[in-house]
Amino acid sequence: MAGEKEPGTRSATGEEGGEGIATSGAAPSSDYDHAGKGGASPRQEKGTDGAGGIPSFDVTMRLRRYNPELDTEPHWENYTVTMYGTDRVLDALSKIKAEIDGTLTFRRSCAHGICGSDAMRVNGRNRLACKTLLKDLDISKPVVVEPIKGLPVEKDLVVDMEPFFAAYREVMPFLITRGAEPTRERVQSQPDRERFDDTTKCILCAACTSSCPVFWTDGQYFGPAAIVNAHRFIFDSRDQGSDLRLEILNDREGVWRCRTIFNCSEACPRGIQITKAIAEVKQALIARKL
Amino acid sequence: MATSLTPTAKDGPKRPVGTLYRGREGMWSWVAHRISGVAIFFFLFVHVLDTATVRISPEAYDAVIGQYKNPVMGVGELGLVGAVVFHALNGIRIILVDFWSKGTQHQRKLFWGVVVLFTLMMVPFAIRHLTFVFGH
Repeated sequence: MAGEKEPGTRSATGEEGGEGIATSGAAPSSDYDHAGKGGASPRQEKGTDGAGGIPSFDVTMRLRRYNPELDTEPHWENYTVTMYGTDRVLDALSKIKAEIDGTLTFRRSCAHGICGSDAMRVNGRNRLACKTLLKDLDISKPVVVEPIKGLPVEKDLVVDMEPFFAAYREVMPFLITRGAEPTRERVQSQPDRERFDDTTKCILCAACTSSCPVFWTDGQYFGPAAIVNAHRFIFDSRDQGSDLRLEILNDREGVWRCRTIFNCSEACPRGIQITKAIAEVKQALIARKL
Repeated sequence: MATSLTPTAKDGPKRPVGTLYRGREGMWSWVAHRISGVAIFFFLFVHVLDTATVRISPEAYDAVIGQYKNPVMGVGELGLVGAVVFHALNGIRIILVDFWSKGTQHQRKLFWGVVVLFTLMMVPFAIRHLTFVFGH
């Protein structure tokens, strides 16, 4: 644990550099000259290196850090790193972890927008770090990265996903059928498949649920992701458990908690029209009653 | 941006400022809808009380209503009408989002429609109302 204190002080120097944004190019140079940039020599150049080179730039990453063994409260740390036009927020985090502070903790698995591990709040909006290019952000200011909101922070950018998955399990996200198993596949027409196509795209990254102001204040709310995954089965013509699922979502903490804020639809890295899906479940509940 | 860029000391007593979630039209219309709703509720509460004074005597009612004839209340009335107009227009937007099949798709346009209608209604009203409040 003694080694963990040192990076804190070292990055504090970086923080001083980051304070004056104009000087951020010069001040942190001592910070990571010795950090060993490694790599091929053209990467040392600023700007483009010849024809076809990738432009490089310095970017300050402002991260919300929290180490449960040392800190009582989360705090901000700035790190300045040289990145390239092809780099994503995740690459900057990896670079900081590799070269400046190895204690930086975040989840990532596939790094290509499929596993849904690296949802985090980038400049105040939920994004997948692996799908957010640095060049698309305003890099004249520090890029602010925080853990997703509404779930307990375990360390740095890692949150406890258990409440999220508990809500997911409650809607029974599996095919429910009654009667004898068919001897061949359960045939479904193309329009029937199309009906719930949008909600099959969910990767359970929690970007939607943790962007929802209702979920922040009311942890009992199922949240957009659970409703999306219920929608995927409710409107599946092969499924026979719709009534059960609709009954679960008719709960006080179910779909009626949705205030059509649309943060979820804007946060979804798969572009699922989440608010629309929730509205369809609401309409199905009303139609069932009539 | 709501982020405070001042670094906080590592073990400082000050709680680091978390950033505001940067939601878009949908989130801000929801916030405004909530605030205007709560404001209207408090108005109705007072309004029920002042109207109830007519049960005591018409003179008591006139005295209470007479109290409202000052510039501070005049500006407050402008705020009240603004809250009611926004809450009503945005309420229609929410109904459309919930029940019109294309509502979710056009929610952003609907919001800007609310803003345009709100401005069209409030600017003439504000001019007329404030000339009464401050002109007489």
